[in-house]
Amino acid sequence: MSTREAMDFDVVVVGGGPAGLAAAIRLRQVAPDATVCLIEKGSEIGAHIVSGAVIEPRALEELLPDWRDLGSPLKTEVTGEEMYFLTESRGFKVPALEKVMPHIANHGNYVVSLGEVCRWLAEQAEALGVEIYPGFAASEVLIEQNRVVGVATGDMGVTREGEHGPNYAEGMELRGKYTLFAEGCRGSLTKQVMAHYDLRKGVDPQTYGLGIKEVWEIPAANHRPGLVLHSFGWPLDDHTYGGAWLYHFGENLVSYGFVTGLDYQNTWISPYDEMQRTKLHPVFKPHFEGGRRLIYGARALSEGGFQSIPRLTFPGGALIGDSAGFLNTPKIKGTHTAMKSGMLAAEAVADALKTEQVEPASFTSRVRGSWLYDELKTARNVRPAFSRWGTKLGALYSGFDAMVMRGKAPWTLRFRHADNETLTPASTSQPISYPKPDGKITFDKPSSVFLSNTNHEENQPVHLKLRNAALWKTVNWDVFRAPESRYCPAGVYEVGDEASDPRLVINAQNCVHCKTCDIKDPAQNIDWCTPEGGGGPNYPGGM
Amino acid sequence: MQGRPQDPASHRRQRVSGKKTMKILVPVKRVVDYNIKVRPKADGTGVETAGLKMSMNPFDEIAVEEALRLREKGAATEVVAVSIGVQQAQDTLRTAMAMGADRAILVLTEESPEPLAVAKILKAIVERETPDLLILGKQAIDDDMNATGQMLAGLLGWPQGTFASKVELADGRAEVAREVDGGTEVVSIALPAIVTADLRLNEPRYASLPNIMKAKKKPLETLQASDLGVDTTRRLTVVSVAEPPARKAGVKVGSVEELVEKLRNEAKVI
Repeated sequence: MSTREAMDFDVVVVGGGPAGLAAAIRLRQVAPDATVCLIEKGSEIGAHIVSGAVIEPRALEELLPDWRDLGSPLKTEVTGEEMYFLTESRGFKVPALEKVMPHIANHGNYVVSLGEVCRWLAEQAEALGVEIYPGFAASEVLIEQNRVVGVATGDMGVTREGEHGPNYAEGMELRGKYTLFAEGCRGSLTKQVMAHYDLRKGVDPQTYGLGIKEVWEIPAANHRPGLVLHSFGWPLDDHTYGGAWLYHFGENLVSYGFVTGLDYQNTWISPYDEMQRTKLHPVFKPHFEGGRRLIYGARALSEGGFQSIPRLTFPGGALIGDSAGFLNTPKIKGTHTAMKSGMLAAEAVADALKTEQVEPASFTSRVRGSWLYDELKTARNVRPAFSRWGTKLGALYSGFDAMVMRGKAPWTLRFRHADNETLTPASTSQPISYPKPDGKITFDKPSSVFLSNTNHEENQPVHLKLRNAALWKTVNWDVFRAPESRYCPAGVYEVGDEASDPRLVINAQNCVHCKTCDIKDPAQNIDWCTPEGGGGPNYPGGM
Repeated sequence: MQGRPQDPASHRRQRVSGKKTMKILVPVKRVVDYNIKVRPKADGTGVETAGLKMSMNPFDEIAVEEALRLREKGAATEVVAVSIGVQQAQDTLRTAMAMGADRAILVLTEESPEPLAVAKILKAIVERETPDLLILGKQAIDDDMNATGQMLAGLLGWPQGTFASKVELADGRAEVAREVDGGTEVVSIALPAIVTADLRLNEPRYASLPNIMKAKKKPLETLQASDLGVDTTRRLTVVSVAEPPARKAGVKVGSVEELVEKLRNEAKVI
């Protein structure tokens, strides 16, 4: 039996993003006597948050109707919007955007730093009596008599060899009548809970994207606050989903980023280099001239939507936000859906607390009865159309789906493959030659990771675990030529002794916690586990 | 300079001779976290700190750890953390208490005061608290002044052991191993005294989650700098803050002769 210290709460929330914070706030609103504890693996709230972000204030409006008077960081309203289809040298503006792609119309939305929004939400939560503990990673799900009864934080001060170091501190059990998993996309505990309760039974595989982002400061004369640009097409091939965003916001800041669908096939694709080279396209390049890059980060996101949402509840808790996959991909937004799912789960849990139910099952019916469900259902056929027919036909279908069917098509397109199954071998993949970084607009990986303020205590066990070390050589190297060295946006995976005796080098201290390796590794051989709490990136305000 | 309130020797007698308590005061500063890469403000008046993660100055963590170890060894009975700055500095004090400090004092000021003002505020706190020992970080990682401990020793007329890599207390004296150029110097100083902590003094413990929870209930007293009668007006002017010049890319040299030639004629270092 464990001798760890333990503390009891009514509700334990794992993760301090928009879903977890909205859930915690809603809980204290509807059940003011409930004790709510929220833990976050980042060194502070917001430290691990990466998003575009243009957010729709719908859920916030419902959660905190007086948000405008509470000093919120939603300051830059969208003022103009353009969507481009790119070829290598030209950009074609999509005409009548609001008609062709009505789901992405951004009127009334705000360009924000989602990290700042989360820090502000955390202040609101604390004012309502939520106990928030950043710097502690939930590393273990506590299951007793087939009911989730909380989580345990990881031990601190364990050496690389797994022994207790001089400043060893044992983890702690945070026990809750209900536990809400709000870890974001591909949560490491969510993955265990899904497996234990078979929550994905009967739903489509989840499909993911990898978002890589930079924040720039540009000359005031070039700054157009509220301008929102998106692109698709070049530099990705027709079988790869993705595109770039560029938003002007805040004090002369520009948020730029690129999402690559992780169901990509060509093993030579490097999402990082796709992101870098898109900055040189004539549609984007002028926005960076005379500016300087301030921040870099990356995070995977769930793109499957409606068809890929698992069973949401289990005995003792629920999955919320992107842990469940509530992102609306065609809309390129997940914050309002994450928050709404957190709020609905909180209401279900408040009910369950009163009636002492084992499973807060009303969460599912609450989702079905809300705008969240309608929104995701309407958007459901767009993303799979791109997987099935490629970018050009997918875009055509998407226009048809929106304009003719209005999201009410009597069919549902399915996702057939998990992202780890889609890679083609190196021998049959078309090699890609990426331009060398120029040091002004495009940069190499090490100088980028530097700007994520990433740090891990060096002397700790490697948190990226290979289930079977021998598989790397026979699968990852021999067949696919180490795709992890290309998809990892932080340079964690490198091949040593390539010419003589290739072996995998894992620079775990560079990891920005994007979870891509856990998703895309062809043999599902890499397990992303939580490192010591407080480790990982330290994204500052503006991210 | 303000007059000294009392003869230091009498203070020493009063505090140290034959008493059972032994109080250590540890000043801690809230600074930009050491993992964050800072950048100058666009107008060059300082470093951009908005939206950055703030933490306890790492040298102050070492100071807190040393005080706690002395208490755990039985050489001290109480550890009091004090911070000077904005309201959020209370988070830094909560961290000190989560590590194990018994209580904390926050002195509110509008902005981060200069070392002399800090030393004067600390002197006023010392007069209220009458500690036997102060352990400070040798310097803060934001301004790297390395001045507060020394100034405070001067204002109080107390002996000081700076850049400490080892501290032993016995018979009303502190034996302090100091990191000096090329080795270690050991000084023996009479208490009450000032010690400033260097990097190798210890490896600070983690503030564990249970202890962070308990620290929320420990006493934290808040004072205004003006209540202590200290003028915190700035005396120093920052002329400009700029990024260091970008490093030029390295070159590969073909031979030792070429290296020597480049060192002599291009770098002009030999």
